[in-house]
Order: sequence, then structure tokens, then C-alpha cells
Amino acid sequence: MKLHIKNGRVVDPASAKDGVGDLFISDGKISSESGKADRVIDAKGLVVAPGLIDVCARLREPGFEYKARLESEMEAAVAGGVTSLACPPDTDPPLDEPGLVDMLRRRAKALERARVYPMGALTVKLKGERLTEMAELAQAGCVAFSQANIPLADTQVLWRALQYASTFGLATWLRAEDPWLARGGVAHDGEIATRLGLPGIPAFAETVALGGMLELVRATRARLHVCRLSTAGAVEMMRAAKKEGLPVTCDVSVHHLHLCDMDLGYFDANCRLEPPLRGQRDRDALARALADGTIDVVCSDHTPVDDDAKHLPFAEAEPGATALELLLPLTLKWAEAQKLPLAKALARVTCDAARVLGVKGGTLASGVPADIVVFDPGAAQRITPQALRSQGRNTPFIGHELAGRVRYTIVEGKVVHEA
Amino acid sequence: MQRNPQLNDKGALTHLLSIEGLPREILLQILDTAESFAGVTEREVKKVPLLRGKSVFNLFFEASTRTRTTFEIAAKRLSADVINLNIALSSQTKGESLLDTVANLSAMQADIFVVRHAASGAPFLIARHVKPHEHVVNAGDGRHAHPTQGLLDLFTIRHYKKDFTRLTVAVVGDVLHSRVARSLIHGLTTLGVPEVRVIAPQTLLPAGVEALGVKVFHDMRRGLRDCDVVVMLRLQSERMKGALLPSEQEYFKHYGLNLDKLALAKPDAIVMHPGPMNRGVEIDSSVADGPHSVILPQVTFGIAVRMAVMSIVAGN
Repeated sequence: MKLHIKNGRVVDPASAKDGVGDLFISDGKISSESGKADRVIDAKGLVVAPGLIDVCARLREPGFEYKARLESEMEAAVAGGVTSLACPPDTDPPLDEPGLVDMLRRRAKALERARVYPMGALTVKLKGERLTEMAELAQAGCVAFSQANIPLADTQVLWRALQYASTFGLATWLRAEDPWLARGGVAHDGEIATRLGLPGIPAFAETVALGGMLELVRATRARLHVCRLSTAGAVEMMRAAKKEGLPVTCDVSVHHLHLCDMDLGYFDANCRLEPPLRGQRDRDALARALADGTIDVVCSDHTPVDDDAKHLPFAEAEPGATALELLLPLTLKWAEAQKLPLAKALARVTCDAARVLGVKGGTLASGVPADIVVFDPGAAQRITPQALRSQGRNTPFIGHELAGRVRYTIVEGKVVHEA
Repeated sequence: MQRNPQLNDKGALTHLLSIEGLPREILLQILDTAESFAGVTEREVKKVPLLRGKSVFNLFFEASTRTRTTFEIAAKRLSADVINLNIALSSQTKGESLLDTVANLSAMQADIFVVRHAASGAPFLIARHVKPHEHVVNAGDGRHAHPTQGLLDLFTIRHYKKDFTRLTVAVVGDVLHSRVARSLIHGLTTLGVPEVRVIAPQTLLPAGVEALGVKVFHDMRRGLRDCDVVVMLRLQSERMKGALLPSEQEYFKHYGLNLDKLALAKPDAIVMHPGPMNRGVEIDSSVADGPHSVILPQVTFGIAVRMAVMSIVAGN
């Protein structure tokens, strides 16, 4: 099967290339040779880029099939131009055994949609007490190890987990949140939470935890990825840590890039997220840090939640929002606000994401598997629950009009989505 | 930004969810209407037919005696049929969701839901899902708001002090957990009180409380100086279990109101408390039962204020 994408604006963030041209795909790989194609896609006026790599998307299997199924979420991924995604281990049971990981990968592969990179649980049942068989899990396909949103309170376990993962060259992915300072909180501790009478999570719940983690990295030299930064303070700490040469990277979610605690409005449960939406200053610091590279990657933090779990008073509502299909338009919106060239912006969801995950892909180099997205950067779409493929229909962006419509998604040379 | 969910498209009050965001005119309309009802409660026949044929559902997801009772009396004096549901003991424990409970009661032809819930924002959720002719009155949600309590506090202050624009009001105690304090502060600032003070240890004040338009005092003696109105908040004994306060004794010593501290306020100062009181914790009996106390009149005024609120929302 040969594919010819012609006359598109070809953007390859890895090589900073951006120009009108043709792309040829042969045997599932990007090819430098032209020649007669089985199918020609006219990409005039469209952007041709590496498929998006989402470093955090929950598929909800196994265990939460009533919130989402692999079928629906893999469809949502390719509809959003996402050709690879990493899923955190907070399933039920958690991904702490090779058998579970193997099963998930097989199920995902059989659907022939996006590539799935599971993250293994760092501790058994994510309880923060005993280490999992990380080497075994890595062999089963886990790309890194994480606690998802479940805190690892015991610093002895944290220290040993970092050391052990590092022994096998594996990265640890953690969110920085002190469980005691965050206890009982549901919103950023500030004026808005005070007005709404919501128990707060102070910004220093993040920086206190991050300080401890960075100190452990300094001692162990273990590779750490800090997930979902939410505060300006944490951004400054990551900037200093990188300058010092610590082996650390970090990401931010699309929600924290665009929203702040003011968006809670009158208790909008769609804004109930983990970590909580912070202040305006925090949001602006995150957006700038992603532009200057202090934050390596932006992710969807896709979390499908069923309506019943959202139609509750704010504090009782389940945290999370659907976002796989919004990753591209919200990245474009951020790029426009920061006045960034397209190649540089897309790097944060392609080659940079591949780098922090330690996987191949995210480029249009000749010979690599042809994972590609073709999108119309100018076409706007209104976000409605009905238009979403994901089984999760709850997002704070309902009703927003966002530019950037995916026309074709190609995985390993095969068109898996077109619209 | 969404439209204020308490107001209809004509800007009239259709639900009472929070004092915050209500225009001054609506607050005054409620206080004036309550004034006209205050006479009714002193008549021999204490009823007016304003809500005849209407059903008021008292939906209390959290225990309450005083608030539920005064709402019930208020509704009955407006000639409404009152149905009391103590949900804490019924369907919610069987796993029925909040919105299912409301939908079922709505099917029984409700006109007004009076809602108390432990979660901040619960009445907003209900108001978003009720039918257009149904009205929601917040009777206390989490730490967020207790608007009818705030309004009866405003009514009491106006009754004794007449003019809001010359007053210094101090709110003393557990502001962090208090929906009463939040509602009253919004009401006072909306009606033009020039100085609203909060007096509490740092552990009982929420983040950024100054943004509500208040002056913060940690020293009660300094904070009470020249006050016209002193509002004491209830301190729940469970606050002693965590890291917020060491003991009731130490709290009373520094933040309890006794005659000695009250002497620092203006000679004609009034003392208020939303109840139920913890004597010897936040207030000394000599003050609670003394000449400055207007704590029992507050309860009486609460009936007229709740009559006013229900008659106004039902008419819009």
C-alpha cells in the first residue's frame, strides 16, 4: 500500500521543517521515493504533521468500562489526530502485573487505531507500600512507572522506588502533591475557593512535594518526570532543576494551560480536576514555561467520567475531563496566544513527547513508521457533547469554538480516521 | 460567564441561592417585605393567603432544628402546604442521587424546594435542573452560603441600628467553615457598611479573606474597639480534633465574648449569634443573656424574612 499526500504544508517539528510539499508513504513507513501511489490525498491548505503523542490519556480499561471503553477512546484518539498515547496505571485493578499490561496492549492493538504505551504502577495496587516487578512490567511493555493521581506519602518508598527504577534505566512519572496539605481540598486555595466555600488545596502542596522529589533526584540521579504542573512556583523550581542538570522533565495539561479557578463560575463540576485549576498568574506562567521549554510537553490528561459522577455538587463530583479530541485545537490556541511558529508548538505534542516517554516517533524522517495527522488549522468547530467520540462527554470547553480540525489520521501508513 | 442563576431574564429573584451577586435593590426588597410580615406574626390570626395551594418541600440533607422549623412556620403563615423531608435518614442512604430525589419530589408537584446540604454548591445544581415554575431556596450549603440567615442578620441590624452606612461590624470566630459569615459579609458590603471586620486566629480564616472586603484582626480586643455590631460564630467541637485549635479553654480565653471584652465595643453595641450557641466556648452566658444580646429577636425576625423570601421567589 502506497500513499501520496500532496501539496500539504508539511511541518516536521523534529527538523524544524515547515513548507509546502509532498509526503510519500510506502509499506507503513515514510519514504523518500515518489512513484505511483495506491491513494493520493490532496492536502492543499492543510497541515501535514507527525501524529500527536499524548503522554497521559486514560482509557478506563480494565475496570471502569461504564465510564469508557477501549473502542470509544481509541476512536476518540484518532479523531483527535493522536496516533500514540501513554495511559496511566490507575485502572481497576491497577496495571501492576505483566498479565494485565499484556492484555491491554493486545486489546488495543487489535483495534488498529492509535499505539498504546502503558505506564506501570510504581507500587503494588498503587498503595505506596511495596514496589512492583518493574523489570518484568517493562518487558511486558510498560514505558515508565507512575502512581497516577494517588500520592506516595512514604518518602522511604519514594526514595527506593526512584533507585530501583533507575537501576533498570526506567523513568518514574509522579505528580507533585503533598497528601497532607492537599487533604480534603477540591479547589485552589485562594479567593475563589473562599467565596465558593470550597475546601482549598494550597499552591505550596505542590512545591513542598516537588522540593522533596528534586532532592531525592539530586541524591539518586534517577530519571524523574513530573506530571501536570499547576503552579508558578513549581515552574520556577523545574527551571532551576534543569539548569542544575538534574535528569528531570515535566508536563502540563491542556486544561491548566487555558483555564484558572475563575472558570469554576457557579460550581461548574466540569472544572473539578486534579490538580485543581490554579490562579491566573499560575496559568500564565505555565503557558510561558511551555513556550520556553521549561515544561517539555503538553498532554490531554484525558479522563472520561460518566454523567452520573459529574452531576453532583462540586466537591462530590469525580475529577477529570474528556480531552483527547481537544489536544490539537487547544495546543494550536496556546501557540497562537504565545505567537509561536507552528513547528515549535507541535513539537510539544510530537517529538518532545516521544523524547520524554522514551519511544520512537514524533517525526517525519524518512524510514520511520508513518504516523501522521493532516489537519485544517483554520477550520473552527464548536465543542458539543454530541460531537465527541469519547464516551466521556464532560469538559469545561463545552460550547467553545476552537480552530483546528483533523481531516486524516494515519497510523503505520494506514488511514484510520478521515473526516 | 453564565448569567446569575438566581435571577430570571427580567433580573428578578427566582431562586435564593447566595447573597453574593444580588443587587442592593433586591436585598432591600426582601428586608422591606419582611418588615410588612413582621406585623403578621404578632396578629391573632397569623396567616396570609399568599402561597395558598402551593407546596413547600423542606429538603434537609443535613440535620437542622431551628432553620427547618422557622422555614416551616414561615411557609404555614403564607398558607402553603409544607412537607418536611429528613433526607439524611431516608433515600440518600439507599443510594438515590441528589438529582433523582429532586426529580421524584418534583413529580409530586412541588413549588418551592428549601434545601440544606453539606456540599457547597448543591442548591445551584438543583436550581439548574428544576422546572421553570419551581423555586429553590438555599437553607445552607457546606461552607458556602446561608442567605436567609444572612438576611435575617441584616434585618436585625437594620431594626436596631437603622442606617447601614455608619456602622462598624465585627464577625468573630470560625470564618473558615462558616456559611453564615460569608453570606453576612456579602450582605453588609452590598448595603454599604463602611467597615466589616473579621476576628479570628489565622487557622480559622480562609485564604484571601480580605478580598471579601473585610479587615482582619487576630487580637479580639483591638478588633472589638468601637464596634456597633458584634456577630459571634459557632465553634464546632470537631475543630479541636485536627490541627486548627488546641482546646476550647484557650479559644474562649482569646476569642470568647465576655462582658470585659464587650466593654471595648460601643456602649449601645448589639451582640448577635446564628445559634446554636456554645456557652463558655465562643460566648459567655452573661453576654448571651445580657442587655446587648439580640439573639432571640434574631430567631423571631427569621420567620418574617423567610416569609418574604418565599413569597418573592414564588411571585417571580
